[in-house]
Amino acid sequence: MNMALLPLTPNLLPLFVAIPLGSAFIVSLLGKKLRGFSDTFSNLATFSLFCFSLLSLLLIKRLGTVVYKVGGWIPPIGICMVLDSLTSFMLITVNLIAFLVTIYSISYMERYTDKWKFYTLFLLMLAGMNGVIVTGDLFNLFVFLEIGSISSYALVAYGVEHEELEASFKYTVMGSIASSFILLGIALLYSYTSSLNMADISRTLAQGKGSQVVFFVSVLFLMGFGLKAALVPFHAWLPDAHPSAPAPISAMLSGVLIKALGVYALARIFFNVLGMTAISSSILMVLGIISMVLGGLLALGQEDIKRLFAYSSISQIGYVVFAIGMGTPLGILAGLFHLFNHAAFKSLLFLNSGSIEYATGTRDLRKMGGLTSKMPVTGYSSLVGSMSISGIPPLSGFWSKLLIILAAIEAKHFIFASIAILVSILTLAYYLKVQKLAFFGELRDSLRGIKEVPLTMKLSMIALSIICIFGGLLLIPGVQKNFLSLATEVLMNGNNYAQIILGSIK
Amino acid sequence: MIYLMCLILFSIGIYCILVKRNLIKIIIGIGIVEYAVNLFFILLGYRAGGRAPILDEKQVVQNMVDPLPQALILTAIVIGLAVTVLIVSIAVRIYEKYGTFDITKIRRLRG
Repeated sequence: MNMALLPLTPNLLPLFVAIPLGSAFIVSLLGKKLRGFSDTFSNLATFSLFCFSLLSLLLIKRLGTVVYKVGGWIPPIGICMVLDSLTSFMLITVNLIAFLVTIYSISYMERYTDKWKFYTLFLLMLAGMNGVIVTGDLFNLFVFLEIGSISSYALVAYGVEHEELEASFKYTVMGSIASSFILLGIALLYSYTSSLNMADISRTLAQGKGSQVVFFVSVLFLMGFGLKAALVPFHAWLPDAHPSAPAPISAMLSGVLIKALGVYALARIFFNVLGMTAISSSILMVLGIISMVLGGLLALGQEDIKRLFAYSSISQIGYVVFAIGMGTPLGILAGLFHLFNHAAFKSLLFLNSGSIEYATGTRDLRKMGGLTSKMPVTGYSSLVGSMSISGIPPLSGFWSKLLIILAAIEAKHFIFASIAILVSILTLAYYLKVQKLAFFGELRDSLRGIKEVPLTMKLSMIALSIICIFGGLLLIPGVQKNFLSLATEVLMNGNNYAQIILGSIK
Repeated sequence: MIYLMCLILFSIGIYCILVKRNLIKIIIGIGIVEYAVNLFFILLGYRAGGRAPILDEKQVVQNMVDPLPQALILTAIVIGLAVTVLIVSIAVRIYEKYGTFDITKIRRLRG
C-alpha cells in the first residue's frame, strides 16, 4: 500500500471527535425516515474510527508526539489536542470495542423501538470518550466528560421500565455530583496556575510549591474521577446502572466508559499534570485493593447474571487502579495491559448475557441451565471470556494478572500481592458459578424452544473471544515495545509531559 | 468571605441531595451544587472595581476582570441545563411508573 495516500498529518486528531459527533447528527436527522440507514451509517462510522485509531500508531511512529492546535490558536492560549502513545493505546481500545458493539447492536436492538435514537446517543457517548482521550486542555476534558456522561445517563434509561429509570436517576445524581467536584478542582487549579492547558499547568506545578492546593485538588479529582471509574467508596451506582442498560451499552459502559472517563483521566492527571507523590500512590493502591476485594465478594452472591458481571467490573477495575497506582514501570505496563484485556473480556461477557436474554428472555441464573447445547457460540465464547477473566493460562487475563502480581512483588508489596492472588481465586469461583448454572447441566423444559442468536451477534462475540485468546501476544517483545511499553513511558515521564508537549508546538 | 458563602451554598446543595426524599428536591439540590461551583469559578476571575477587558488603541487598563471564567461558566451552565432537563424527564417517567416522588418507595433494585 502506498503510504503517502494515508492521511498521516496532525489533522487526523480532530476526526476522532468530529466523526462520531457528525454521524450522530446525520443519524438523528435521517435515521427516522430511511429504514436501515442508521445501522449501516453507524457501523461505517465506528469502523472508520477504528481504522483511524490504528493509523494513529503509524502517525506517532513517524512524527513522535503530535499536537493539533484547535482553530490555529497556539497553546497554552488556545485549546490543543494531543496524540501520544497512551492516547493512541486508549483510542484503539475504545474504538475497537465500539465497532464490535455496533455490529452486535444491529440485531440486538431490534427488540427496542426507535433504533436511530439509540445510535445517536451511542455515537455521542463515543464522541465524549474519544474527546476525553485526545484533549490536552483541562476544561475541554470536562466538557467531553459531560458529553459522554449525559449520553450514558440517557442510555441507561433506554428501556424506560421501572428498574431502568430508577438506576438512571441514581446514576445521574451521583454522576453530576462527581462532575461538580471535577469542575471545582479545575477552578482551583486555574486560579493557582492561571492556565487550563494540561502541559502548561504541569510546568507551573513542577516549579512552584503550593503543595496544599495541589493536595486538595488531587482529593477533588480523586472523588470525581473515582466516582466515574466506580472505585469502591464511590461504586454504588454501577451495579444498578450497568445491568439496566441494553446489553450493548452495558458492554460499552463496563468495557470502556469507566476506563476512558475514569481510569485514563485519573492516570493522565495524576501522573502527567499533578505529579505522582507517595501519598497519592498509596491512596490509589489502597482504593484498588478495597475495590478488588469488595467487588469480588459482592459478585459471589448475585443471582442476576448482568449484576454479577457489574460487580466483577468493580473488582477488575480495582486491579487496574492498583497496578497503575504502584507507579513502577512494570506496574503501569501490567495495569494498562489488564485495562485492554478487561475491555475485551468484559464486553464479551456482557454481550453473552445479552444473547442469553435475547434467546431466553431471562437474566436470572437460577432459571437457566444447559444453554450450551442450544446456543454453542454463546456458550463457548462465554467460556473463553470467563476463563480469561479468572486468569486461566494461556488466555489473556492470565498474563495481565501475572504481571500485576509480579509487579507488586517487585515493588515489595507482599500483602497486596497475596490479596491479588486470593481475589483471582474468588473471581474463578463466581465465574464457575455462572458457567455451571447457565451453560452446563440439564436443559430445562421451558427452554427447549430457544435458538442461537442471529449472525451479526455471533460475529462480534467470536471476534472478541479471539482477542481474549490471543491477547497474550501483546507481550511478545517486538509488539510490546511498539504498543504497551510506549504507552507506559508516557505515564512514567511524569512532569516531562510538559516539555514534550510544549516542545513539539514550535 | 464571599468564598465562604460559596462553600455554604455548596454544603446546602449536598445536604439537600443526601437528606431529602423527594425526587424533585434532590434535583433542586443538584442545581444548587452546580450553581455554587459556577459562582465560585466566576468569583475567581472577579477583581474589585475591575472593568470589562475591552481595549481601545493606546488605552491602558490597570484593573481588568478575567473574562475566561465567564466564558467557561457559560459552557458549564449549558451542560447543567442539559443534565437538569434529562433528570427532570426521568423523574416524570418515574412518577408515571411508580406514582410517587418518594425515593423510599422507589426501591426495586437491591444488593
